[in-house]
Amino acid sequence: MSALASEPRTPDTLLLRNVRPYGEGDPVDVLVRHGVIAEIGAVTADGVETVEGNGAVLLPGFVDLHTHLREPGREDTETVETGSRAAALGGYTAVFAMANTDPVADNAVVVEHVWRRGREVGLVDVHPVGAVTVGLKGEKLAELGTMAKSAANVRVFSDDGHCVHDPLVMRRALEYSKALDVVVAQHAEEPRLTVGAQAHEGEQAARLGLQGWPAAAEESIVARDCLLALHAEARLHVCHVSTTGTADVLKWAKARGTKVSAEVTPHHLLLTDDRLSTYDPVNKVNPPLRTNADVEALRRALAEGVIDCVATDHAPHAVQDKDCEWSAARPGMLGLQTALSVVVEAMVRTGLLDWRGVARVMSERPAEIAGLPDHGRPIEVGEPANLVLVDPDATWTVRGAELASVAGNTPFEGMELPGVVTTTLLRGRVTAGRIPA
Amino acid sequence: MRHLLSTEGLDRATATSILDTADNLKRALLGREVRKLPTLRGRTVITLFYENSTRTRVSFEIAGKWMSADVVNVSAGGSSVSKGESLRDTALTLAAAGADCVVVRHPASGAAHRLAGWLAEAGTSVVNAGDGMHEHPTQALLDAATLRERLGSVEGRRIGIVGDVLHSRVVRSNVHLLATLGADVVLVAPPTLLPVGVQNWPVTVSHELDAELPSLDAVMLLRVQAERMHGGFFPSAREYSIAYGLNENRLGLMPEHAVVLHPGPMLRGMEIASAVADSPRAAITDQVRNGVHLRMAVLYHLLAHEEEAS
Repeated sequence: MSALASEPRTPDTLLLRNVRPYGEGDPVDVLVRHGVIAEIGAVTADGVETVEGNGAVLLPGFVDLHTHLREPGREDTETVETGSRAAALGGYTAVFAMANTDPVADNAVVVEHVWRRGREVGLVDVHPVGAVTVGLKGEKLAELGTMAKSAANVRVFSDDGHCVHDPLVMRRALEYSKALDVVVAQHAEEPRLTVGAQAHEGEQAARLGLQGWPAAAEESIVARDCLLALHAEARLHVCHVSTTGTADVLKWAKARGTKVSAEVTPHHLLLTDDRLSTYDPVNKVNPPLRTNADVEALRRALAEGVIDCVATDHAPHAVQDKDCEWSAARPGMLGLQTALSVVVEAMVRTGLLDWRGVARVMSERPAEIAGLPDHGRPIEVGEPANLVLVDPDATWTVRGAELASVAGNTPFEGMELPGVVTTTLLRGRVTAGRIPA
Repeated sequence: MRHLLSTEGLDRATATSILDTADNLKRALLGREVRKLPTLRGRTVITLFYENSTRTRVSFEIAGKWMSADVVNVSAGGSSVSKGESLRDTALTLAAAGADCVVVRHPASGAAHRLAGWLAEAGTSVVNAGDGMHEHPTQALLDAATLRERLGSVEGRRIGIVGDVLHSRVVRSNVHLLATLGADVVLVAPPTLLPVGVQNWPVTVSHELDAELPSLDAVMLLRVQAERMHGGFFPSAREYSIAYGLNENRLGLMPEHAVVLHPGPMLRGMEIASAVADSPRAAITDQVRNGVHLRMAVLYHLLAHEEEAS
């Protein structure tokens, strides 16, 4: 475990020496006082606790619109505490915890419980996502207003894992959300087209004898929802975009004024269904890994802003749910601690994004989409010190067993990835040190 | 050869060697009163079947017994599998109990691959006796043995495979093996029963059976499973039978020497007319007979061959 500074050890004043905001220009010093950025420049402060940056890149703390913290219900795979630690180590200062817990977060009691657990742990701002429909069944709207107005102040609603497939239910959800100033995040998957689906429908699935998950099952729902959102003049957020066609639909919908935003996962930016040949379910995820052409298209769409942000879909699973035959395995992958490095590998090293771009897709846009006032802010005097320091030149080798999550199901096992989060600050407090190499 | 998991990746020399061994075994047993060879005495073969099967399981069992192996049959209904034990634990248990070879049939594609991974340290061989929609390599090998027997060779022959390509493990194994052995394969099916991506397979695809029959040296019919009939893949059993069923008229469109294969079990009157199934042109019982010798050969290559070579 890395050196985690607990509350008493973090002083009121902290100096970040030799850091480069957005990776630009010569190194500067950043003085943080009482959780706020107090000075930027050549700071002379004696006797102040100092983090030596050695020229590291300073970014606003990351915001993840899509995590599964598994509490309540599957604490054998992740808890709010372990998930928060993974998030802090990954450079996150805010995460959104999906509603598919047991019991489902479809009421104020559960969302307030998750929110309170996040506060108690205090390593990252944990914002519960409320379910759109009761029990994630897609039939009856959950009490969105009650959850929005609860202590948890729910801003994002999603039946993630399930698609709100009934067009009338989705229309009502979009319309109803307008009064609450919240956003509905759709897991786009037409269920009639994905009965028994196991892998991206294409050459690999045909060869491996795996039931196909056609791209059209995602694209048709995204197209439908964009039309509904425009008609209802409501906001829509599309979870884990995985296909070229969805990127095309989003581009078209945005061009005609639809208030739609979208996320892509790190794994869909780096991995393809070529990995399925081993039948190792560590590569099983929903939506499934797609083709190299899709990976290229998703990278371009993210660089161009057609896809707004990166969200991890961090999905811890127990060993027995992965160390089995493919069709019996649960879909999902860990993502919180590897996200930044995968984005550096897929987007920065390829020249598609600079560090300003990384700040945009990892922090600023997700904070805007969710309406978080204190995250994704500019690195300026007077702004909240939700910050992350990244060593852009260092690399590390991913080991599932060494990650902070209870589960270890990372598809990046053994991969050497660039970009190491060295320090995370939540309102000036150090929540993570260096990831163990 | 440590495992037989798929025909994809099985090289021509190895495949031919297995077919030759099957031929030799068949000749060696011909006319013998006691059809038993001592080759695998003291070796234990476990058949582990998670799906109902008569012919494949019996074929492996007889093959093992004729080679003097101890054969133990485990079926999903009659073991701790029904109590919810994982495939991995079941596999490790069977290996620990002394299995030299596990013959596995499982509804999940890739199950045999996973089993081979879990048993890597135990040294147990795995034979894939059918995994989901993926492969059924011994079926393809016995089909090739039958084609060789009936046609003299596989190389350069044109083989039609008709029916539910999408869900068929027999097709996948046959496509790889027949391509490796140098045959031309044409798949005939309605578009709903062909996988997306089939255009990259080493085959020709057709939707017109009548147009293909005159150029075929053999036609292989696939069983149409009941759940497909009700799954909306085609309008009705009647329409399927009219378009893709092999009746006597269609048999007449094929060259004189052409043979008819079916992996079984057959749906008479559906994909194949009774008169065709029972005609001398049909090699269906030959397939079953050759299946035993072929599986003897596979067990030999997995369990005995290496030792003799060294």
